[in-house]
Amino acid sequence: MKKFSLSKTVMYALISIYSAICFIPMLLVLMISITDEDAVLKNGYSLFPEKFSLYAYKLIFTGGSQVMQSYTISIFVTVVGTLLAILVTSMAGYTLANKHVKYRNLLALYFFITMIFSAGIVPWYMMNRMLGLTDNILALIIPSLLFSPFNLFLVRNFMNGVPDSLRESATIDGANDITIAFRIYLPLCTPVLATIALFYGLDYWNNWWNAIMLIDDQDLYPLQFMLLQLQSEISMLNEMTMLAGTSDMTLPSESVKMATAIVTIGPIVFLYPYLQKYFVKGLVIGSVKG
Amino acid sequence: MEKRQRQTFGMFMDIRKNGTSYLLVLPAMVYTFIFGYMTYPYMIIAFQRFNYTKGIFNSEWVGLQNFEFFFRSYKAVTVTFNTIFLNLLFIAFGTLTALVIALVLNELRKKLFVKISQSVMLFPHFISWIVVSYVLYAFFSMDMGLINKLLNMLGIASVNWYTEPEVWPAILTAMNVWKGAGMSAVIYLATITGIDETLYEAAEIDGANRWQMCLRITLPLMMPTVIILTLLSIGKIMYGDFGMIYALIGDNGTLYSTTDIIDTYVFRSLRQIGDPSEAMAVGLFQSVIGFILVFGTNAITRKFFRDGALY
Repeated sequence: MKKFSLSKTVMYALISIYSAICFIPMLLVLMISITDEDAVLKNGYSLFPEKFSLYAYKLIFTGGSQVMQSYTISIFVTVVGTLLAILVTSMAGYTLANKHVKYRNLLALYFFITMIFSAGIVPWYMMNRMLGLTDNILALIIPSLLFSPFNLFLVRNFMNGVPDSLRESATIDGANDITIAFRIYLPLCTPVLATIALFYGLDYWNNWWNAIMLIDDQDLYPLQFMLLQLQSEISMLNEMTMLAGTSDMTLPSESVKMATAIVTIGPIVFLYPYLQKYFVKGLVIGSVKG
Repeated sequence: MEKRQRQTFGMFMDIRKNGTSYLLVLPAMVYTFIFGYMTYPYMIIAFQRFNYTKGIFNSEWVGLQNFEFFFRSYKAVTVTFNTIFLNLLFIAFGTLTALVIALVLNELRKKLFVKISQSVMLFPHFISWIVVSYVLYAFFSMDMGLINKLLNMLGIASVNWYTEPEVWPAILTAMNVWKGAGMSAVIYLATITGIDETLYEAAEIDGANRWQMCLRITLPLMMPTVIILTLLSIGKIMYGDFGMIYALIGDNGTLYSTTDIIDTYVFRSLRQIGDPSEAMAVGLFQSVIGFILVFGTNAITRKFFRDGALY
């Protein structure tokens, strides 16, 4: 028989309450999204839907809707961007970890300076304008997101741990650096590549900064940015109908808004077990010693 | 002179010897050159009246006029104060919450419970601020939000939260803690896990209870990490979280008095008002102060915790 301990109980309660605080808001959004629109308008938002309805999701997933268009953009940008970013970062990481390259620390400094000192958003914007990275899909892939020195150093530190004898024996067998990097180093570094893939992937998926700065064309809106627009547009539309007194024509706005938010975090929920495992590992390494 | 020549020569030799290695790093170098080094010259437009058609070379020079305009307006004080004040709130409450959660989690021995609660409290970290703005709206909406419904049940009239600037520092702090404290707690917990087990064993032999161990072993040993992370945040105190503020506040001018930060101000000057020179001047002011702070805090970190310094 275990002894009842008051302090233990308090501690379990504390963590349970904090977890609930983290969880309930997301649950609320989910519940609103599956509530019938009339019920929402009559009773306000509620954790316990009075009348269940999947109408909002049906509306979202109808062909040709803006949500589907944005979803396609977001998926394309995330997949292509992440793959390119991993390629650029891991190749550079290989060189910085190559002990035969005499100036590897100078190279590291070259990347480090831009990490410490950024010119700010105005020069960034000017540069993108000059390169023509506005209003096209590349503007969502290339600026800011394609390469991060932080991830580079993460890869380099991991690759420093690969024994140099592997490289030497491969060199004796006549392999060049490209072969060594792609055939030996990258397969050995899958854990760190998985980590940076998640870092990059999440950055791409959640990014709307590039869109707000560089994209005006509605067909190119990524999901996050579309969600931002939706928030302001629908509330504006409702205000207008309220002013005009034509309240019989109500958009299924509340449930649709929340359903779109839920759809946006879908992939994150889906990948969550992996995210948690590798993300935390990477962050712990990065935050304690960058 | 000769030394430099030899160094250039040495680098040339190295590139010849390890050509393929340099080839592998080339894409990252070109990218960093374009989006890093080549952006620096644009900073001079802070001293111009920049015109997109005239470009950086032909725009008119106006000296410090852009800075004058900013500092003469009451906005300078407001946005600078808001940036620093909000960041201080975020750092203080975020660190405290994360620390308490980490220490408590460390005491709990039910593995499954710890694992599930960690998963739950990490989740907000992964969603974007825009999704968070929907969560916020679900609570604070004027006629449908949960908070007002709760107030109505208690017989209090509904409040239109989106027109009350005074409450927003508190709301923003709560949201910041909600989104980030779980992640910080997990990082702290990793530090605690790294503490040498034998210290606890020795303390147990000496008759210490869990509470004493927590206070005398865990807390002092994780302090360096806490202080380093806090100093790093203080170094970045001039930089607000644009994504957070813009997603939660947007263009709601009623709330600017307590929520407008340097980053949102710069954004508006650049994209909505269309005055890149003014935006750059404010951005430069932010960078200069920010740079001094980053250097200062890093110097302090390096002095007291050698391993924790950024460089």
